[in-house]
This record gives sequence, structure tokens and C-alpha cells, in this order.
Amino acid sequence: MTTVSTVTHSSEPAVYWETEPHHHAEGGSTRLGFWIYLMSDCLMFAVLFAVFGVLGQSYAAGPGPKALFDLTLIAINTGFLLVSSITFGFAMLAMYEGRQARMQIWLAVTLLLGLAFLAVEIYEFHHLIELGAGPQRSAFLSAFFALVGTHGLHVLFGSIWLVTLMVQMNRKGLIPANTRRMECLSMFWHFLDVIWIGVFTFVYLLGMI
Amino acid sequence: MATVDHSTSLLLGRLNWSAIPTDPIVLSTLIVVVLGGIAAVVGLTYFRLWGYLWKEWLTSVDHKKIGIMYIILALVMLVRGFADAIMMRLQQALAFNGSEGYLNAHHYDQIFTAHGVIMIFFVAMPFVTGLMNYVVPLQIGARDVSFPFLNNFSFWMTVGGAVLVMASLFVGEFAQTGWLAFPPLSGIGYSPWVGVDYYIWGLQIAGVGTTLSGINLLVTIIKMRAPGMTLMRMPIFTWTALCTNVLIVASFPVLTMTLILLTLDRYVGTNFFTNDLGGNAMMYINLIWIWGHPEVYILILPLFGVFSEVTSTFSGKRLFGYSSMVYATVCITILSYVVWLHHFFTMGSGASVNAFFGITTMIISVPTGAKIFNWLFTMYKGRVRFELPMMWTVAFMLTFTVGGMTGVLLAVPPADFVLHNSLFLVAHFHNVIIGGVLFGCFAAIAYWWPKAFGFKLNVFWGKVSFWSWVVGFWLAFMPLYILGLMGVTRRMRVFDDPDLRIWFILAALGAILIAVGIAAFFVQVAVSIWQRKDNPDLTGDPWGGRTLEWATSSPPPAYNFAFTPVVHDLDAWHDMKEVGQNRPKAAYLPIHMPRYTGTGVVLSALAALCGFALVWYIWWLAAVSFLGIIAVSIAHTFNYDRDYYVPVDEVESVEAARDRQLSGIGA
Repeated sequence: MTTVSTVTHSSEPAVYWETEPHHHAEGGSTRLGFWIYLMSDCLMFAVLFAVFGVLGQSYAAGPGPKALFDLTLIAINTGFLLVSSITFGFAMLAMYEGRQARMQIWLAVTLLLGLAFLAVEIYEFHHLIELGAGPQRSAFLSAFFALVGTHGLHVLFGSIWLVTLMVQMNRKGLIPANTRRMECLSMFWHFLDVIWIGVFTFVYLLGMI
Repeated sequence: MATVDHSTSLLLGRLNWSAIPTDPIVLSTLIVVVLGGIAAVVGLTYFRLWGYLWKEWLTSVDHKKIGIMYIILALVMLVRGFADAIMMRLQQALAFNGSEGYLNAHHYDQIFTAHGVIMIFFVAMPFVTGLMNYVVPLQIGARDVSFPFLNNFSFWMTVGGAVLVMASLFVGEFAQTGWLAFPPLSGIGYSPWVGVDYYIWGLQIAGVGTTLSGINLLVTIIKMRAPGMTLMRMPIFTWTALCTNVLIVASFPVLTMTLILLTLDRYVGTNFFTNDLGGNAMMYINLIWIWGHPEVYILILPLFGVFSEVTSTFSGKRLFGYSSMVYATVCITILSYVVWLHHFFTMGSGASVNAFFGITTMIISVPTGAKIFNWLFTMYKGRVRFELPMMWTVAFMLTFTVGGMTGVLLAVPPADFVLHNSLFLVAHFHNVIIGGVLFGCFAAIAYWWPKAFGFKLNVFWGKVSFWSWVVGFWLAFMPLYILGLMGVTRRMRVFDDPDLRIWFILAALGAILIAVGIAAFFVQVAVSIWQRKDNPDLTGDPWGGRTLEWATSSPPPAYNFAFTPVVHDLDAWHDMKEVGQNRPKAAYLPIHMPRYTGTGVVLSALAALCGFALVWYIWWLAAVSFLGIIAVSIAHTFNYDRDYYVPVDEVESVEAARDRQLSGIGA
């Protein structure tokens, strides 16, 4: 084959090796990597939504959504989670401004809202199980507990991560490694919000029709 | 099993002495493994190799060492998976005329399940992941992957899963459900003991590793290509690796979640896949094949890349139809998501649905056929050198085409109603997996071995292995096509019709020939290492390669390239050779590299322990090891000191040694 490179024989000798020092932004791939992780996590939720779509009407002569869900409670809980996304946004703004103390306060508020969400969810689950509507009762309830519970476990995991990061911020300050982690956690937290909007719509609101 | 004691205790859950199998076959295997293990530990201690092993390999974040370790894992598990295969062949050749054969039903059902699980998850997957790990960063001119620690962790999670599956052989039992563990058979009602639990936790732990490794390689290919390497200048193997990792990231989460739901059914008593209270077993089969069909392309696509590199190199020509090859790969990637239902046309979803999935399945054969023609046209008028990698490639083209055609046959729903779950199906997928994936792995090993170790593999033993494998494959699986057409179903243990026996005997002879092929491969490796001085690769480019991995030394230095190459053309290294570009003479710079860490080993050991505890209902141990995983992970994030610079004088001494080596051979 005679087709050699097309650009190499111009007047300027082509460069074949990078011999000058040059700097790659440290952790430049982290954001893309974390996005891809989030999308793979999204697929896990996609499976749970599909399973709920298939089994959501299989009450097995047991209680259905109308008999079980307290929409006021869920609306309040949705409020906790949505507001926590806003407060996380405030924490990010404070971080970009370099105001660490303010950022820590907003992170603490976010954490409290997350924990409030979890508390209400645990109360709801406990209440359902008390009523005899636990995950074993019917395929509908299995799918419900799996979907809502997986989301709840994610919030719990996010909360543990949040505490860890607050400690690390306290120790090391707003160094690039830490701000990168904040960006990832921020994406994770908002992602959980998006998932919750899906849960609230498809599980709770549609269930009440 | 009637003899199993099902009582549970607080300390050991349901683990007790009745868990140790009394079957003489298993027991003698156990004794051999224990003696072998003791010998290995004594050997490592006697030669004082523990420190070397830990510091240089187990804790390594070097993509090259991790790639090699993946392939070692695959080879070890290949022996285990093949032992299962030959036991099945012997059983089916013996169990005629009222004979029960030599395996009882409980044992036989575990063997066919373990064979499938091991061959897919712990042979084929580590093989392709190992190849991608080793080759991709070199081909794109990078120094490592994007997330080196994650790479080490992913590898060890795969090992953790393999350890659990192996443990099931000696402590308890493995699943008796077939490799995808369909419910309700895999539910707690029909599989009450630990077999399915070993299956679940083995796959979950390994699956975490696979998903993370997919994310890692995907980001590596997108972000870390050398300057000038646009997407359409990427080597074709890197392209297939990119598509494979897209498939991994977009399908393994489905497997993970499906197995979680099965786990909930078994441990918590939910009703996802049960027969009563609204459960739907067919949903499991849909979900698992939504992962399962992309999985077969995860396995084959990287090997399509290998065959492309090999054909082009050994024909001395640029690959014919590079862009069509890329588009064919991307088409297959997308189409692989819309064919899953062809695995169960007999579900009864109706003519329209079956027709849709039958047609999409047939469409997939079009880009695959395009690839075959591209390889043939690459060889056409080329100076073809029939070295070992090329021999495997030609054998692949002949064998795989037959497997592809029987696949199109199975894609016709009415034909599938006749052949569903028959030995025809078994012959078909072995035809494509052995003829495609396995032949490709052997081609890849022969091709890149000199790069990894600095000497070529022995040709004589390679040819013995090659011919035994190829002839053995045809002898072992053509009879299964015939048996399948006669209506013999898969997973049978005994037979009534003596007319069938001759085909099973032929298949068993084929399996014995494959055993010779495997043995010859290990002899080939041993002889090659023994005589490594006879076949050295001092140039770093033993085959006249075309892509960047051949631009550095064999084996490459830890940092791969002292200076990052700049790409001007497809086949970048071929281009460099054409214009006389070689190693630049410039002042070396310190090189930024990641530090080794033992965290991956620790996390994976804890995960395997946690899995074992969950299998046996040892709840306290499961809780402790799970909390251990969390604690170690958090502690790891407090370590900010993860990288270092290779000092200039070290780079200089490595590169000077390379200069001496090259001038010694007049290059």
C-alpha cells in the first residue's frame, strides 16, 4: 500500500511526539466517568420502573394504592427532597465563591432534609407493614418496596457520603480533589431528585387515579 | 439432597459438616486442590516470593499487569470449566442401555450449570477484559487507564466472584438450574439450599467489577487518546473495545437488578417471579435476556477487533473497509438491544412480536457478514503470512460463518419452535463462542504475547494446540447439530434410544481432542518461557505491526511511552515507519504515574467473605464484613496521596537500556 499519511509532507515537518512538558488537568476524566456511572445507575432504576409497570396492578386480592398511600405525607416528603436539591445548589455556589463555612452550613441543611426524607419513608414503610401490606403481600407491593426502597438506600448512601465529604472539607479545605468530589455528589443528589419525581408521578400520583 | 442437615445456628448459620460433599469425585478433586494449594503456598514461601507478588502484582494499578492477571484468571477457570464439559460428554456417552452413567442427577445438574456460568463469566469475560486492559491504553498512546485504582478493584472483584463459585464445589453445592437460573426453579421452593445463592453472590460480586471496568475503559477511550487520534483514526480493536464497554455499561446494571430481585424473592419472600401472589416468572426471563443478548456481543466484538488487527498485520495491508467496519460494529451494538426475545420465541408472545424479533435477529447478520467480507478483501492480494494468529483467524472465519448461519436458521420463529432448547441450539452457541471468542483469544494471545513478555510463543506446540482445537471442535459439536435436528433436548442425563449413542461417542472424542489442545497450549507457554532466549523480540515490533502498541519496547516500560505519540493517520505506527519517525531524542521529563495500593485486594476479600456469609445465612458475619467494606472504602477516600512522578534519571536509564537494545540489533 502506498497511501502514506496525507499531512506529513507539507513544508512544516510534522510533529510525531509530544516532547514539550504539558499538563493534563488532574481528575479531568472524573466528571465524565461519574456521568456514565449515573447513567448505569439510572438503568437499574429503569428495571425497577419496568417491573413496577408489569406488576403494579397485581394486587393478589390485597390492598391497592388508594387504600395504602397517604398523598399528603408523600407530598411533604417530596418537598423535603426537592428543597434539599436547592440547598445543595446553594452549597455549590458557596463553594465556587470559596466561602467554606457557608458551604458547610448549606451541606448540613441538605443533610438534615435528606434525613427527614428518610425518616418519613421509614415511617411509611413501617406503617404499611403494620397494616399487613409488607413486600411479601403481593407482587404490587414487592415492586413498590423495591423501587421506593432502592431510592431510599441511595439517599442513605448519599447522606453517608455527604458526612464524609464534610469531614474531608473540614480537614483539607477547598482543594481540587475535594471540589471534584462535591461536584460528583451534587450530580448524585440531583439525580436522586429526578428519580424521585418519576417515583412520585408513576407510583403515587398515577396510583391514586 | 436427603442427607443435608437444614438446621441453622446463630454462629454458623446453616453451615455444618454435612456441607462437605461425600461424592468421591468431588472429594478427590478437593484433596488435589488442597494439596496443590499447600504446594503453592510452600513454594511461594520457600522462594520468598510473597513480597514480590504483593508489591509488584496484587497491588498493581498498571493496566498491563492487571490485563495479564485477568488472562491468568481466565486460563485457570478455563481448566475448571473444561473439566465440567468433559465430565458431561463422558456421562452422555455412557448413560445408555439402562446405565445411569457415573454422575447422579444432583451432581450432573450442578455440572452443566457451573460449566455455563464459569465459561461465560469467568473465562470469556476475564479474557476480553484482560485483552482490552492490556492493549487499549497502548493502542491509544496513553500511560494508563483513566481510573487506575478502580481498575485494580474491578479485577479483584472478578476474582472474588470466581472464588465464591469455586468454593461452592467443596462447601455446599452449586445451582442446578442452568446458567441463567430461571425461576420458579431457582426460587426458594424448588432450590431450597445454597446452590442458587452461591450463583447469585458470585455473579453480583464479579458484576460490580465488570460494570466499573466498563465505565473505566469507556472513559479511557474517550478521554485519553493521543493527540491527533480522532475517532475515525482509532485502531479497530479500540473501536470494538469502545462498543463493548458501552454494552457493558448499558446492560450489566440490568443483570445486577434482576439478580437483586431474585435475591429478594429468595431471602425476603417477595413475589417478583413466584407462581403465586401476582409474581411473573416470564418477567425474569425477559429481563435476564435484555442483559444476556448484549452480553454475547460484549464477548464477540473485541475479538472481531482482534481478527481485524491480525488480518491487516499478517496480510501486510491496511484493513479493507475501515469505516464500514466501524459502522458495522456500531450497528451491531445498537441492534443487540432489540433481539432479546429470540431466546424464548416459545414464550407465546404472539406472531407479530415473534416476527419482529425474528427479523431484527436476521438483520444483525448483515453487519456481521460485512465484516467477514472485509477480512476476506483485506487478505485478497495481500502477502499473507500464516503465523499462529493468522491461522486462528482463518479457522475463525470458516467456523464462525457456519455458526452464524445456524443462528439465522434459529431466528426463524417456526424453526425455533422445533429447535428450542435442543442440542442444535447448544451446537450453535458453542459454534460461535468457541469458533469466535475462544479462537479469537488464542489469536490475541499469540499476537500480543511478544509485546507483553519480550519473546514469541513456540510455533510447534502452538500448531499442535491449534489443530487439536479446531478438529476437536468440529468433531465435538457437529454431532450435536445432528442430534438436535433429531429432537434431542439439552441438559439430559440418561438416554433410552441406543441409536443416538454413536453421536455422543463422537462428541466425546472431540472433547478429548480439545483436551489435547488445552494441554498443548500450556506446554506451548512452558516451552516458550523455557526457550525464551531463542525467540526474543528486541525491536518491540515483531510482526511488522501498524498500531501504536508496537511503537514501544517489548515489554513496554511502566509508563508505556516516554513521549506521547502524535497521530497523523489511521495505522499510526505504520505511518511513522513510512516517514522514518522513531524514538525522539529530546530531554526526558518526569512522568506522572498512579501509586500502587492494596485497598482493592482488601475490599474484594471482604466482599467475597460477605457473599459467603450471605450464602450460609451467617448474618453477623455478613453485617460485619459489609460494614468493613464501607469503612475501608471511606478510609480509602481519606488518602489523597495517590500519585507520584517517575524522576527523569529513572526514565533516562530505562530509555538508555532500550537504546542499547536497539543498537545491538542494528535497528
